[in-house]
Amino acid sequence: MEWDWDFVWKIMPTLIEGVKITIIATLLGSVLSTVVGLAIALLRRSPTRLISMPVSFAAEFIRGTPLLVQLYFIFYVLPDFGILLPPLVAGVIGLGLHYGTYTAEVYRAGIDNVPRGQWEAAKACNLTGGQTWTHVILPQAIPPMIPALANYFIAMFKETPLLSVITVLELMNQAKSVANSYYRYVEPMTLVGAFFLTISLLSVFGLRWLEKRYGRIER
Amino acid sequence: MNAPAPEPIIEIDSISKSFGDFQVLDGLSMNVMPGEKLALIGPSGSGKTTILRILMTLESIDSGHIRIDGEELYHMPKNGGAKDGGLVPASEAHLHRMRQKIGMVFQLFNLFPHKSVIDNITLAPMLTKGASRAEAETRAMELLDMVGMADKARAMPAQLSGGQKQRIAIARALALSPKIMLFDEVTSALDPELVEEVLNVMRKLAQETDTTMLLVTHEMGFAHDFADRVLFFDAGKIVEEGAPEDIFSNPREERTQGFLKKIIAAGHRV
Repeated sequence: MEWDWDFVWKIMPTLIEGVKITIIATLLGSVLSTVVGLAIALLRRSPTRLISMPVSFAAEFIRGTPLLVQLYFIFYVLPDFGILLPPLVAGVIGLGLHYGTYTAEVYRAGIDNVPRGQWEAAKACNLTGGQTWTHVILPQAIPPMIPALANYFIAMFKETPLLSVITVLELMNQAKSVANSYYRYVEPMTLVGAFFLTISLLSVFGLRWLEKRYGRIER
Repeated sequence: MNAPAPEPIIEIDSISKSFGDFQVLDGLSMNVMPGEKLALIGPSGSGKTTILRILMTLESIDSGHIRIDGEELYHMPKNGGAKDGGLVPASEAHLHRMRQKIGMVFQLFNLFPHKSVIDNITLAPMLTKGASRAEAETRAMELLDMVGMADKARAMPAQLSGGQKQRIAIARALALSPKIMLFDEVTSALDPELVEEVLNVMRKLAQETDTTMLLVTHEMGFAHDFADRVLFFDAGKIVEEGAPEDIFSNPREERTQGFLKKIIAAGHRV
């Protein structure tokens, strides 16, 4: 087996198409998991058990089952119930829901870290419940948890090849298809690894910067 | 024509409160007149801080009634005030409206650490009273001037000393112009050399406004000079009350005498 640079240049445009989809899926999945995680964290704190219990159960259920199974379910089972989703949409929903159950724990820890006195001061200032969340609690809870959230987004990025099983044309899927057409695996698979490594390393540098920037609120 | 007898601004009517098995307040009743400066003293666990927290609605009551300005705090009329009387537990909206009358300053300041000094003060007036930023900032600067902190308007709380933080916390509470101010051991967390600057602000406040003030404190000297009336609490009940001169110089009850002796031995001035 010899490394063939001509082949590398030939397949590069296809792989770059795949990288784009991988990055789009990661970004959209991150946004969705940020929103889903916050929603789960807030609903789980609801004093109404009729809300907090089912949300807790659903979150535990999603976290306790493999992402791969969830992707199959969303893409191949939901159409039986009349819900037909394009591959990328199904993939983003799968990533967002799955990782949302993890980011929910990050939010929970961040919210619990805000001292009780802040809630009491907000009440003494006669803020409403909603104003207390948006002006007092979340602005203090979120900055320290940005590094932990970013960590999950990097983990999500590295799991995007799973989307190839639901026909999303992300990097892994593109590499597989060129490999299968030319019966050459060494260049495509090496390049997939190289792409993931490069982006992960860049992300880790970004993460270090975020940790420095948002480590702790001074009290 | 006779002037009508003034009504109490706070009426506490046999309230009880337990935390688990521990009964903090046991059928407590007391009244506070408008403009009165009240000092609540007593050993820890005697229930004095709990009273302030209940008035601020940070704790609920198990039984009894509280009226602020003649209006029920924890209850409201059934059927939106229909004649048949009867009270039901207060809704969140009712509590929200009642809280406008009350402000509180905490032992640990509880400033919002992510907001500058002036934003700490303007936040609540802008959110709860619909004040514009300009109005709220003008008022905030007046208050900062009063507490001697006008030069720190743009500082962040973390850059301030404990005494400065507490003066900001007082300004923040005053920004909502409450009729009643609650001070919960506001100097207990301060280094000794910083206590006086906070007490000075409170003296000024007492002189310049007719705000009703309830003060839980271990600063007996300050309670003596500041209060119109001193209440000595023990085990959830008022053991003795009276003018500061009487309570501090001539306490009748044995428990009051014992407490004051201990406090003096611990180095607090009377």
